[in-house]
Amino acid sequence: MSSTTSAPVITTDKLTKRFGQFIAANELTFQVAKGEIFGFLGANGAGKTTAMRMLCGLLKPSSGKATIAGYDVYTQTEKIKRSIGYMSQKFSLYDDLTVAENIRFYAGIYGMSRPAIKEKTAQLLKELQLEKEAKTLVSELPLGWKQKLSFSVSIVHDPDIVFLDEPTGGVDPVTRRQFWDLIYHASDRGVTVFVTTHYMDEAEYCNRVSIMVDGVVAALDSPTRLKQQFGRDNMEDVFYELARKATRKAD
Amino acid sequence: MKTLIFLLEKEFRQILRNKGIVRMLIIAPVIQLILLPLAADYSVKNISIAVVDNDHSTASQRLIGKITSSGYFKLTGYTGSYKAALSMVEQDRADLVLQIPAHFERDLVRENTQKLYVAINAIEGTKANLGGAYLSSIVQDYNQEIRQDWHTSATVSIQDAPQISIASSNWYNPFMNFHLYIVPAILVTLVTAMASMQTAFNIVQEKESGTIEQINVTPIKKYIFITGKMIPFLVLGIIIFSLGLLVGWIFYGIVPVGNLGVMYLSLVDYLFAMLGLGLLLATYSGTQMQAMSLSFFFINIFNMMSGAFTAVDSMPGWAQAIVQTFPPSHFIKIMRMVVLKGSGLSDITYELGAMFVIGLVLNTWAILNYRKTA
Repeated sequence: MSSTTSAPVITTDKLTKRFGQFIAANELTFQVAKGEIFGFLGANGAGKTTAMRMLCGLLKPSSGKATIAGYDVYTQTEKIKRSIGYMSQKFSLYDDLTVAENIRFYAGIYGMSRPAIKEKTAQLLKELQLEKEAKTLVSELPLGWKQKLSFSVSIVHDPDIVFLDEPTGGVDPVTRRQFWDLIYHASDRGVTVFVTTHYMDEAEYCNRVSIMVDGVVAALDSPTRLKQQFGRDNMEDVFYELARKATRKAD
Repeated sequence: MKTLIFLLEKEFRQILRNKGIVRMLIIAPVIQLILLPLAADYSVKNISIAVVDNDHSTASQRLIGKITSSGYFKLTGYTGSYKAALSMVEQDRADLVLQIPAHFERDLVRENTQKLYVAINAIEGTKANLGGAYLSSIVQDYNQEIRQDWHTSATVSIQDAPQISIASSNWYNPFMNFHLYIVPAILVTLVTAMASMQTAFNIVQEKESGTIEQINVTPIKKYIFITGKMIPFLVLGIIIFSLGLLVGWIFYGIVPVGNLGVMYLSLVDYLFAMLGLGLLLATYSGTQMQAMSLSFFFINIFNMMSGAFTAVDSMPGWAQAIVQTFPPSHFIKIMRMVVLKGSGLSDITYELGAMFVIGLVLNTWAILNYRKTA
C-alpha cells in the first residue's frame, strides 16, 4: 500500500478557500493514492473540515486546482459525488427511520437496483452484527453503533474514495477499534480512505498523515518517518510540536 | 424516477411515523373549520339600545315598538335623561342611544318634520356601522308608514306622487347565508397554512439535523429532491381539503354546486404554488425559527388581504395589483365561484393560469436557490 506505486485518486494543487479576509485553507498541495488510508490531522479550526468539504464538492474553492477520482472540483461536482462517500461530523442518518430503512434509502438514492439493495442490506447487517436491530429505529442505537452504521451507509454504493470527518468522536476505545477494522476492510477492497481525527493512536493506523496548522499543511509523511523527522517517540508529541506553533484561535 | 420513489418512500414513512404531526395536521383544521365561521359572522344581532324618550307619545311608543320588534336590537334602557343613557354607554350596557325630542308627535303633525338624535358607540367598528344603518332604515320605514297613515286622510294622496321602488334579489346566495361565503374561504386559509409552513419546516429540519448535507453529497438531482419534498405535502393538502369539505357539509350543510373535479384540479394548481413558496422559504432559512417567522409573515398577509374576509375590490389599485400575485386570492375566488355558482373550467381560466404561473416562478426560484455546493 505504498503511496508512490499506484496512480493518485486525489490531487490538489494550491487549493485555497477564503471567507472574506480569513483564509481557512491555504494553498493545499498533496496527492492521495488509490487504496491509501490518509490521515488528515489538525487542531480545531485548522481548516480540516473546510478542505474536506471542498474535496467532496460541497464547497466551491476560492483558487487552486483539485481533482477527485479524475474529476474537477469546480466543474464536475456531481460526477465526484458518484465516486465518493462522505461521513460528516454531524450525525447524518435519519433518527426516525430504522437501520434497514436508512441503508435502503441511501442505496436507493445512489441508484442501486432493488435486488442489489436487498443483498447489500443483508451483507451490511451481517458485517455490523446488527441483524437483530434491522427494524430498530436508529435513534435507539448507542452512539458507537450509529457511527459504524453511518460509515457502512457512506460506502454503500462502493465508492472509490470515502471521506470521514472525525468519525470516532465520542466513541469508546473498543468500538473505535472495531471502527478501524471496518476502515481496513474497506481499504483492502481498494477504497481510498481520507480521515480526520483527534486521536493520535488512530493517526498511527494511517499509511500517511498530514498535519494542518493555521490553514496550511505543516507536515506530510508516514507516521514512522514523521516521528523520525521530529525526533519523537509517538505521534502525539509530533502533533504537539506542530500544533503549538498555531497563532489562530481554536473555534 | 427510481430515485424519486425511494425519496417518497422515506418522506411518507417519516411523516406517518410522527404521530403528533399527523394528529395536528388532521384534527386542527377540522376544529378550526368548525369554530372560525362562528366568529367570522358579519350579521350583527343583539345590539343594545338605550332610548331617551322626552315625548312619551303614541308616536314615540310606536317607533320604539318598531325598533325592538326588528330583531336586531334589544332595549336595555328607557329613560328620560340623555345623561343617564350616556352613562349606560360608558358602562358598556348600551351600544346606541336614540333620543326622541319633546313634542315629537306634536311637531311631526304640525310642522310635518321632526329630528331624531342617534349616538353610536364606535369602539367596535362593524357593530357601530351596521347598528347605525339598521336603525336608520327602521326610522325610514317608520317615516314612510306615518306619512302614508296621515296623508290618506289628507287631500293629496301619496299614491299620486311618482315613486321608484327598488327590488333587489341576491343571486347564488339568496338568503345571504354568511357561512356559504366564509366557509370556503376559511378552508383555503387552512390549506395555505399547512402547505407553505410544513414543507418549509420539513426541509429546514433536515438542514438543522445535518442530514441534508448527506443528501447534498449524493448525486441526486435538485429537482428530484424538491419534487420528493413536494408530493407528500400535496397529498396531505388534498386530505385536509377533503376533510374540510366534509366538515362544511356536515356542520354547515354546504354542498358545492360546481364540479368536484374542477375543484380538485384547482386545488392541485394552488398547492403547486403554495408548496413552491414553502420550498423557497426553506432555501432562505437556516433554522426552523427563521422559517417560522418567514412563513408567518406571508400567511398573515395572505389571510388578511386575499379576500377571505374583506373584498379585494375595495382596496386601492396598487394594493389590488399586489394581491394578484397572492395565490390564495385566486383560489378563494375559484372556491366561491365553484361552490356557490357552479362555475366550470372556462369561467376560472384566468385564476388557474395565474396560480400556475406564480407556482412556476416560485418553484423554479426554489430549485435555483437550493445549492448542493455552497
